[in-house]
Amino acid sequence: MLEIKNLHATVGNHEILKGVNLTVGAGEVHSIMGPNGSGKSTLAQVLAGREAYEVTAGEVIYQGKDLLAMLPEERACEGVFMAFQYPVEIPGVGNTYFLKAALNALRKHRGLEELDAMDFLALAQEKMKLLEMDDRLLTRSVNEGFSGGEKKRNEIFQMAVLEPKLGILDETDSGLDIDALRIVANGVNALRSPERAILVVTHYQRLLNYIIPDFVHVLVDGRIVKSGGKELALELEAKGYAWVEEEARAAAAATT
Amino acid sequence: MQEKNSYLERFSRFEPQVAGRDWAPFQPVRRAALARFAELGFPTTQDEDWRFTSVAPIAKTAFALSADGGNEPARRDLDPFTFQGPASTQLVFVNGRYSPGLSSLRPLPGGVMVSSLASALTMYPDLMEAHLARYADSHHDAFTALNTAFMEDGAFVHIRRGTALEEPIHLLYVSTRTAAPVITHPRNLIVAGEDSQATIVEDYVSLADGVYFSNGVTEVVVGQSGVLSHYLIERESPQAFNVSTLRIQQARSSNVTSHSVLLGGALVRNNVHPVLAGEGGECLINGLFMATGRQHMDNYMRVEHASPHCGSRQFYNGILDGSSRGVFQGRIIVHKDAQKTDAKQTNRNLLLSEDAQIDTKPQLEIYADDVKCTHGATIGQVNEEAIFYLRSRGIAKEAARALLLFAFAQESLQRMKAEPIRRHLEGLVARWLPQGALVEAIR
Repeated sequence: MLEIKNLHATVGNHEILKGVNLTVGAGEVHSIMGPNGSGKSTLAQVLAGREAYEVTAGEVIYQGKDLLAMLPEERACEGVFMAFQYPVEIPGVGNTYFLKAALNALRKHRGLEELDAMDFLALAQEKMKLLEMDDRLLTRSVNEGFSGGEKKRNEIFQMAVLEPKLGILDETDSGLDIDALRIVANGVNALRSPERAILVVTHYQRLLNYIIPDFVHVLVDGRIVKSGGKELALELEAKGYAWVEEEARAAAAATT
Repeated sequence: MQEKNSYLERFSRFEPQVAGRDWAPFQPVRRAALARFAELGFPTTQDEDWRFTSVAPIAKTAFALSADGGNEPARRDLDPFTFQGPASTQLVFVNGRYSPGLSSLRPLPGGVMVSSLASALTMYPDLMEAHLARYADSHHDAFTALNTAFMEDGAFVHIRRGTALEEPIHLLYVSTRTAAPVITHPRNLIVAGEDSQATIVEDYVSLADGVYFSNGVTEVVVGQSGVLSHYLIERESPQAFNVSTLRIQQARSSNVTSHSVLLGGALVRNNVHPVLAGEGGECLINGLFMATGRQHMDNYMRVEHASPHCGSRQFYNGILDGSSRGVFQGRIIVHKDAQKTDAKQTNRNLLLSEDAQIDTKPQLEIYADDVKCTHGATIGQVNEEAIFYLRSRGIAKEAARALLLFAFAQESLQRMKAEPIRRHLEGLVARWLPQGALVEAIR
């Protein structure tokens, strides 16, 4: 589904991704872990199409297409979804209007009929139950005045409504208490399916107790330096990132 | 000087035409106003209140006083300017002159008097003499002086004590194609009695492109505990000039709301000047201005707290595109006796292009010592983070931008309680926006 080859990206003059390689198949859940500043969020943002990052080398093939050539809205229409680490507050734009517009843009792209207000509301209410969200959040402006937990739940709620093929969670767990974490994880787990791939970007292993990944990758200084199964996450939790960083340095020294 | 003199000469021909008619009692007022205009002349950018707006294009244009006998538009030409929903009373003025044929005066509850200003001279001479030209400031303001010297027609509305009028009264000023640029001096008098309620809409539209000048003055007098909403909708032709002045006199515990939406015109100046003259009065001023091309829109506001325990709120939102220029000048004056004043003023602006410009100058002038007054202004661009967020969910860039601009305008529109008027304005705003159809489709 997704093939990232030798991806390099910079912001300003600063290179953050220094050759990321990653292959994700349909139905798989991959976790990208790593210390702060390793480039985890940058990877998520580049996949979503954030223009602040410049891709200087490499390619990303998504469902056989060149993902990097697509506009952010085209990526969304093709089934890419990123849950933001810091969801943006948009005063004056109603949550319902916004999400209905988004869903209908996607449906239109796929040649499906647009949903009317009634059908949309029924769908939204069903998905809200999944995230244990208060109905009243639908009538509010997008993320405006939402608590940190409500914002993160709103992200997964949007993912549930838009049903992407590739879901990217950018540190969705940060700042969540244990109850909210469980709710968010349940929402994500409900979306796991053989047709859908999920990329979980996180600093901590905690979320992975609930969303159990098929693969865990460790990103250090803009490169994936170690990959493994779910047990790698536990090892990182127990021992920290220092040993992986050390290994990476030793390996780099050996090759030069 | 040349420019000023042409008005003085014009007056010598104009005055005899009105002096013999029912306007006779106002001859001294007219003459005094003209004399004051002769002294003041048109303001220049040397005047503090006009620092950011040059009226030279107005001063230099030779305008004809509106004359009778122009082409009356057909009623259906006015349909786009009529609010959807329940029928309402509509007074139509064509190039400044009241048109009984185009107006629709519906039966109104007892206690509501609505007529053209000219008819009010004969029908309600006492009310006219008690209020007309008693509040608007011809002494300091040259445009008000000019209006007062040349006033001929407009609307008269009187709501008797204890009367609540639910439907809005719509005053529609239509400009049509004329042989030469025309100046009109719409003059409205709104008197809302004690414990009364009413909604008045002043609406300036055009049926053809062209240069003309609407120089309107509206005096609003609200009695004790009266509740009045005033809406100004300005969408003059792209070449037109509009200077409108709203002077509000508020008695004890009255509640006045002034909404303005400026969309059209080449050079527009909107003055709002409430005086909170009785204890416990409340005043909300809510302005939205949207300019593009080379449009110039100047919002001038002066809120006078003259009594204790009054509250006022001012919100102005501006969206400026192209090479347009916006101005916000807001002054809150708290008189010595106006203790416990609670006043707040906010001006927020979005600049959509490199060449668009805004000058904003919120001011406080406080002579009382126990008051709560705040003011602030912001200037920014469309939030790129928010655009990316919307795009990442599948909404195209242009639509995302339109949606955010509409939301910004909505901050103002949401304060408007009269549903048919608000809906009408939402449509106008959406159509103004580039890609606004996208907004209309999803709102």
